[in-house]
Amino acid sequence: MKNKKEKDFIGSIPKWAWLLLSLLTALVVWYFLSVNPKTGRTFKPLMEVLASAKVMYGRGVLLKDIGSSLISAIGGFACGFLLAVPIAFLMAWYRPVRFIVEPWIQFIRNIPPLAYVPLVVLSVGVGRTPQIIVICLSTFLVMTITIFQGVINVDETLIKAARVLGANDSVILVKVIFPATTPFIVTAIRLGISTALTTLIAAESTGAICGLGMRIKALANSYETAPMLLYIIIVGIIGMLAEKILKYFERKLTSWQEKREI
Amino acid sequence: MAREERNIKVKIDQVKKVYNGRTGEMVALNGVSLDIADNEFVCVVGPSGCGKSTLLNIIAGLLEPTDGAVYVDERKVVGTGVERGVVFQQYALFPWLTVKKNVEFGLKLKGLSKDEIEETAMKYIRMVDLEKFTNAYPKELSGGMKQRVAIARAYAVNPEVLLMDEPFGALDAQTRTQLQSELLKTWEEERKTCFFITHDVEEAIILAQRVVIMSARPGRIKEIVDIDIPYPRTQETRMDPRFIELKTHIWSQVYQEYLEVRK
Repeated sequence: MKNKKEKDFIGSIPKWAWLLLSLLTALVVWYFLSVNPKTGRTFKPLMEVLASAKVMYGRGVLLKDIGSSLISAIGGFACGFLLAVPIAFLMAWYRPVRFIVEPWIQFIRNIPPLAYVPLVVLSVGVGRTPQIIVICLSTFLVMTITIFQGVINVDETLIKAARVLGANDSVILVKVIFPATTPFIVTAIRLGISTALTTLIAAESTGAICGLGMRIKALANSYETAPMLLYIIIVGIIGMLAEKILKYFERKLTSWQEKREI
Repeated sequence: MAREERNIKVKIDQVKKVYNGRTGEMVALNGVSLDIADNEFVCVVGPSGCGKSTLLNIIAGLLEPTDGAVYVDERKVVGTGVERGVVFQQYALFPWLTVKKNVEFGLKLKGLSKDEIEETAMKYIRMVDLEKFTNAYPKELSGGMKQRVAIARAYAVNPEVLLMDEPFGALDAQTRTQLQSELLKTWEEERKTCFFITHDVEEAIILAQRVVIMSARPGRIKEIVDIDIPYPRTQETRMDPRFIELKTHIWSQVYQEYLEVRK
């Protein structure tokens, strides 16, 4: 335990000030990376990186890349989520489903998506489809495991309590298990979003003609590190924005939870 | 006593329960028979692992007996039913619902009209003195308040038999005493058949008309003690010589069983 005085001092600084401090620290680190001759070749000064936005916009690819990646990420994530929810519930509800499906999930889960990209491309060809399939698969795996854990962790006495109050199986599913699982579903969505973004490069190495992941590779090949860094930053910002939106819904959906005050 | 003339509400008939665990068969209950009269208050005491909770779960219909059966109003118990309400030790409130919504849970399943649901829920929230917390979530309530909500929720669906599994076991002594008085008051106003499990001998005597002492594994009924102390019982009842006499007797019986378990 830290002493109280120090805690009060930390607590007295507003959140936005901490955020600013965090950003400033990052900029200082960046500055040193850019002036260090060993790392300066790739870590171009911040202003140059920001200016490259104009260059990429001028080439007519910036918005196209962002748009394309968003479509793949959101499409793949949505497919993954729509598959994960029913399958996770089925796995928890019917043990045979669990015994058959769970080993598959554990098996595929640890294979890096890049490894099965060629398989997908050879099966369905190039274009949007393979990108969505790769993201769908990777997000599905992580979300299924998480939601499944949530369903089997539902407090048995809550189910009993509902049953003695007259609830049948379908009422218990909708009115007890589903709401009790929402915190896990929110966590699954959080993991799913980050998986969708981290899988972008793999997904767009299926011969995509545009996209953030595809462009990062292309820019690396042509040693254009300033726009490459810009693209990396864009991926990070998209992730943070998605997290902000999710936080908003999380507060609305799971405020009933007993949480430890931090 | 007048009990013989009253109707039998719950008939527990030669109930046996065997669990098949990894370590082999475990007989939790063996040949338990008990008749509970209409509106009677029965407490069950016994050492941990004597099968009291198993028996309650069988009456509730949450567990099936291996042998024997339970009858409520001469109808054999198969599965749960709203005529048998349960209050659990761990409160079992739905944390995502407010106090009011928790109490309304069973009412909504009964298919009552909106006004009836609202009216009944509020009546029982008032009964447990929680109007101020109507829209609070369980996380905002103390243990005693949570258990009050659970009792209101059980009462709201108007069960004929109320099964309580150590409902005050997790509460501090003061809250526990308070809730015992409240429960007695409610029972005297709105008579229901109560089957109450506890490991607290004093609690059993202050509440019950009969105390059932269960023996250690395999669980059987060891003795049934009539509590011939008239209602209304108050906290002063605890000083009554008869109370102390009964307490000494029951306590020594339970302790003997406790020592059996230790062997």
